[in-house]
Amino acid sequence: MSRIQDKFKEIYSKNEKALIGYLMTGYPNEKDTISAIHGLIKGGVDIIELGFPFSDPLADGPVIQNASTVSLNKGTKLDKFFKILKQVRHETKIPLVLMTYTNILYSHGYKKFLSKAKSLGIDGIILPDMSIEESSEYIKAARKNHIDTIFLVSPNTSKERIKKIAKAATGFLYLVSMYGTTGMQGKIQKYTIDAVKNTKKIVNGEIPVGVGFGVSSASDVKRFVSLGADAVIVGSAFLRLIENTRSNKIESRLASFTRKLKQATKS
Amino acid sequence: MKTVLPKNGRFGEFGGKYVPETLVPAIEELEENYLRFKNDTSFKKELDYYLKNYAGRPTPLYFAENLTRKIGGAKIYLKREDLLHGGAHKINNTLGQALLAKKMKKKRVIAETGAGQHGVATAMACSCLGIKSEVYMGYKDTIRQKLNVFRMNLLGSKVHPVKSGSQTLKDAINEAIRDWITNVETTYYLLGSAVGPHPYPMMVRDFQAVIGQEIKKQMKQIAKKMPDTVIACVGGGSNAIGTFYPMLEDNVEMIGVEAAGHGLKTDYHSATLNVGSKGVLHGMMTYLLQDKEGQIKETHSISAGLDYPGVGPEHSYLKDTRRVKYRSATDDEVIDAFLLLTQSEGIIPALESAHAIAEAIKIAKTRSKSESLVVTLSGRGDKDVEVVEEYLKKNVKNSR
Repeated sequence: MSRIQDKFKEIYSKNEKALIGYLMTGYPNEKDTISAIHGLIKGGVDIIELGFPFSDPLADGPVIQNASTVSLNKGTKLDKFFKILKQVRHETKIPLVLMTYTNILYSHGYKKFLSKAKSLGIDGIILPDMSIEESSEYIKAARKNHIDTIFLVSPNTSKERIKKIAKAATGFLYLVSMYGTTGMQGKIQKYTIDAVKNTKKIVNGEIPVGVGFGVSSASDVKRFVSLGADAVIVGSAFLRLIENTRSNKIESRLASFTRKLKQATKS
Repeated sequence: MKTVLPKNGRFGEFGGKYVPETLVPAIEELEENYLRFKNDTSFKKELDYYLKNYAGRPTPLYFAENLTRKIGGAKIYLKREDLLHGGAHKINNTLGQALLAKKMKKKRVIAETGAGQHGVATAMACSCLGIKSEVYMGYKDTIRQKLNVFRMNLLGSKVHPVKSGSQTLKDAINEAIRDWITNVETTYYLLGSAVGPHPYPMMVRDFQAVIGQEIKKQMKQIAKKMPDTVIACVGGGSNAIGTFYPMLEDNVEMIGVEAAGHGLKTDYHSATLNVGSKGVLHGMMTYLLQDKEGQIKETHSISAGLDYPGVGPEHSYLKDTRRVKYRSATDDEVIDAFLLLTQSEGIIPALESAHAIAEAIKIAKTRSKSESLVVTLSGRGDKDVEVVEEYLKKNVKNSR
């Protein structure tokens, strides 16, 4: 069993849901990324999703776009990402998921990239621009290295297709909660509520369903948990908080925000 | 029209559909509708009507006698896409797709644009067919091509300046895709080149194939034979694939010309097929200009329309199978070609098209007088005269 699967088992046994926190590598710099990771862990996050910046993040809204640009302008390279990864893996057993775009893996070669990522402690990968039709080589390399392939579904994904994607996905299934890019805020729409319920029903307990995009507060978390989500993913809200926090306060402020979010998964 | 359907959306290994899941139903709906309407008699009739009466097809194939004489070699013919409504080949595609959008009952069309030519052609086609349109354009390009922004506004299209990334065409595409993800249920994305996820490269090629079909017919009438060589410029590659595709199975030499900018050995060019490597961007696997880490590079060309770090996947396939030769022309060569054509024939070419002219000049002198070259003159150069003026001023200064 993978670290991610173990984590969901542990959470189910405690009768809670998983909190997944997203951070961007190198935003606003390497040192603060590490402080932020420490903050999330102290606050009780269950899984950490670490973004690696891509020059053309077409599924991301302004907050993550800006974080990507800042990170790349500061010279973030894979070396740095792997260095942070190694350090974090040394300190904790928490599941670590990499979120980036297909070209970062493709240009290095799926096999080469994934075996290196595994050796440094990556447990799962999310590629928002990887459709299942194009994924056979990627999946093969991931399975070989025992890395979970976390695929996304959307409110407009058909029942038949959700089944297909759920089969290709391991670790958990990522439900994009709304039509739009990451970090959008607003009232939870009816179609979102339907999507969570439908996806849960179609998947029928075969894989956990994590809900992300536009989840930014403890009340959002509570709402999605009550609708049946097995996990909630919060990203842009953490980055906004980092943007408005002095370097030496990042760890403590993120820890206290994480605690509130985590508390909301225990209803 | 004969269409070779790409297998699983791929040309050899190139192409595919690397898109966020939210867009999968949209591109499936698009493919289904396109395949249905492309063979629909009344759709074809309607499109033909607009191409003829609104856009001005067929365009002439003009024997450039003065230019031919000056160079002294093969006969040079120009396929005059510059004479189309809007001043470029872009209208062939925008009329086709806007009509499709209308048949699909989409109320809103979005598009990206680099220099503004595709944006203007989208605004025209949508205005003509009564659909609302909005255009994403890199902030830098809105400054460089102010006049086109105004034209789009006049035509009733809303222009969104894009301030993310390099603020040019690739970022305009990113932003258009983000809009599409957000408004997927109501909106039609009218892509301007033979790039993006399947079915766009196939569909845009088919709408542009009218260029090559007319060339074949006109050469038979004028010269009683097929051309020996056809030449077209390549950015995303829509006018080039439209020129080449109908002649792929004929015994015709084909040359695509990319922008070499300040030179292929510098960082200032857009010659994706000449020096790029394989990667995934904007929904397709194709040759890209990228660094060792897989980050997309910023590009340069004196012509904004070729300023793109990727290329249509079918061109990548035609390069690897060696059916088409891909060469390049530097900014300097392009300006020389621009001036030579303007002065010898009284035709001001777009700087994009001047890349193809530059290649024709290079090879015509090495060929015999009995051979014929057809160059696709994809657009007219009125939009570029300011850029050329600036370039000439600078060069006078430099040579002092």
